[in-house]
Amino acid sequence: MTVNADSTQRRKLATKPFAKADRIFFGVARAAAYSSFVIIALILIFLIGRAIPAFQTQGIIDFAFGSTWDASASPQKFQLGPMLWGSVLISLIGVVIAIPLSISIAYFIEFMAPKVLAKAVTTIVDLLAAIPSIVLGLWGAFVFSPIAAGWAKMLNQSFGWIPIFDNPEQNFLRSPFIAGIVVAVMIVPIIASITREIFSKMDRDIINAALALGGNRESTLRKVILPTASGGIVGGILLGLGRALGETVAVLYVLNISFDINWGQVLQARGGSVASMIISKFGEANPSEISALMAAGLVLFMFTLVINSIASYIVAKAQPWRK
Amino acid sequence: MSSRTYQLSAENVNVWFGERHVLKDVNLAFPSNQVTALIGPSGCGKSTFIRTLNRMHELIPSAGFGGKVLLDGEDIYGDGVDPVKVRLKVGMVFQKPNPFPTMTIQENVLSGLKLSGRKNPNNEELVETSLRRASIWNEVKDRLNDPALSLSGGQQQRLCIARSLAMGPDVLLMDEPCSALDPGSTRRVEETILELAPQMTIVIVTHNMQQAQRVADQTAFFLSEDGNPGHVVEFGATEQVFEQPVDPRTNDYVNGHFG
Ligand SMILES: Nc1ncnc2c1ncn2[C@@H]1O[C@H](COP(=O)(O)OP(=O)(O)OP(=O)(O)O)[C@@H](O)[C@H]1O
Ligand SMILES: [Mg+2]
Repeated sequence: MTVNADSTQRRKLATKPFAKADRIFFGVARAAAYSSFVIIALILIFLIGRAIPAFQTQGIIDFAFGSTWDASASPQKFQLGPMLWGSVLISLIGVVIAIPLSISIAYFIEFMAPKVLAKAVTTIVDLLAAIPSIVLGLWGAFVFSPIAAGWAKMLNQSFGWIPIFDNPEQNFLRSPFIAGIVVAVMIVPIIASITREIFSKMDRDIINAALALGGNRESTLRKVILPTASGGIVGGILLGLGRALGETVAVLYVLNISFDINWGQVLQARGGSVASMIISKFGEANPSEISALMAAGLVLFMFTLVINSIASYIVAKAQPWRK
Repeated sequence: MSSRTYQLSAENVNVWFGERHVLKDVNLAFPSNQVTALIGPSGCGKSTFIRTLNRMHELIPSAGFGGKVLLDGEDIYGDGVDPVKVRLKVGMVFQKPNPFPTMTIQENVLSGLKLSGRKNPNNEELVETSLRRASIWNEVKDRLNDPALSLSGGQQQRLCIARSLAMGPDVLLMDEPCSALDPGSTRRVEETILELAPQMTIVIVTHNMQQAQRVADQTAFFLSEDGNPGHVVEFGATEQVFEQPVDPRTNDYVNGHFG
């Protein structure tokens, strides 16, 4: 009996690495993986430590949702509301513009273009992702803004009766609309490359079946390709959203940052952006204002973290048929 | 025999992929309400040929075509012929069951309507008749709103047949429809083919000699030798092709000597 028990006892089948090279490699890999946790934790601890004074004097709710920022008043008021909403507004504009563009690009690359052209377009779109945001900001400010202001004016003239396109001051520069387009340029590569990846992994037989059933290109895209790829595309959109929320320099150059909250009049020359506001105020801030800026960074960090977690969850889970 | 009306026929069909000549001068006629089997070793161009019958090569930029495919007397490759219209008359079932993963069983049956923008007065009835004709109604009638992927592979394949039938095609093309199925499901699909045969023209590619003999009225043997383009070596009544083939290569193939 004891012999039996011994030989059937459960043992681990995975072994520790034997070779020295393996052990070193395992160690390095493990350290690299853990260090990302450590880095995030350290950043959080640092931010929280520096932000606590601001939260204590302002109160967390007022800080996040109030709408006055005045370092010279007494007592000082630091309230993030217009910036937080502004970040969301600009990101939404960016995403709304980027989604149809990205899906079209991905469709063209995967289903229309001959190989050589597909490669070329892929490379160009990836290059777009590599443009430093300061360059995009300068281009946005000096080249693109005047052009986009022209579009904004046309929008206002045709659709000014819709509240979001209202603009009594007729100043069309430095608006959330323009900042949104600049952000769209930055996130199109992200969404397009994820969408392309999903398209390329799709079962061609499903697409062939749609065609064989009398579908045309458009109905096949709408009824079969997009629904099948939707989980992955939504994930890509949320990743783009995360990037858009955190965008700093490019937005700073094309947006008039204002604490006079802009709820949605996207053509008017005032808007908000947490990240851009931080950078614009950091240079001349006194210690208590710096604490408030750190708190703003913390809020943005948490917000982006949540969006990104949702994104990776959706990308992983939303396509049960892709085992 | 000359009085028979041929619903579908291929005349001097040639196919190229880039520089490669894959099919050469294929001439085949598919009489209405008969089953035609296409057999031959792997790579000889059976799939390539069957896909010319509903213009499925459209999506391959390098593909080239020569010859004619006549459907009711009209060349489906003629000027001004819309391939989408062709595919409404010529349905196709694929090797691997491929129901639309995001749709339910019922939605899959009706998917052709949605895709083509066609309207049908009574969807419920269409779902039932299509599923009945594909001999799967009894298995799924209580779960029409379940995801299509909850079915077994064999059921999925019959759902795909039902999906094609719902469009009311005159011709049904099947490219190795049973190669991913177990013997039981294979038998069910074969029964379905035999039930459909009196109502439509069926072309089926198969590697299974018994299957060809069980379901097909006529059989075409394709061969591509030494890198030459594939062509039809022998074409005739199934019994004759299997029992008294004219060409010795057909004899070798159907008796399992190569391929
Ligand atoms: N899209 C394509 N591009 C280039 N060559 C192709 C393409 N599709 C098929 N071919 C070539 O055409 C030839 C015939 O292929 P086909 O798929 O028609 O063979 P098959 O008879 O169906 O074989 P199997 O029994 O293995 O399915 C093969 O040599 C194949 O490599
Ligand atoms: Mg094949």
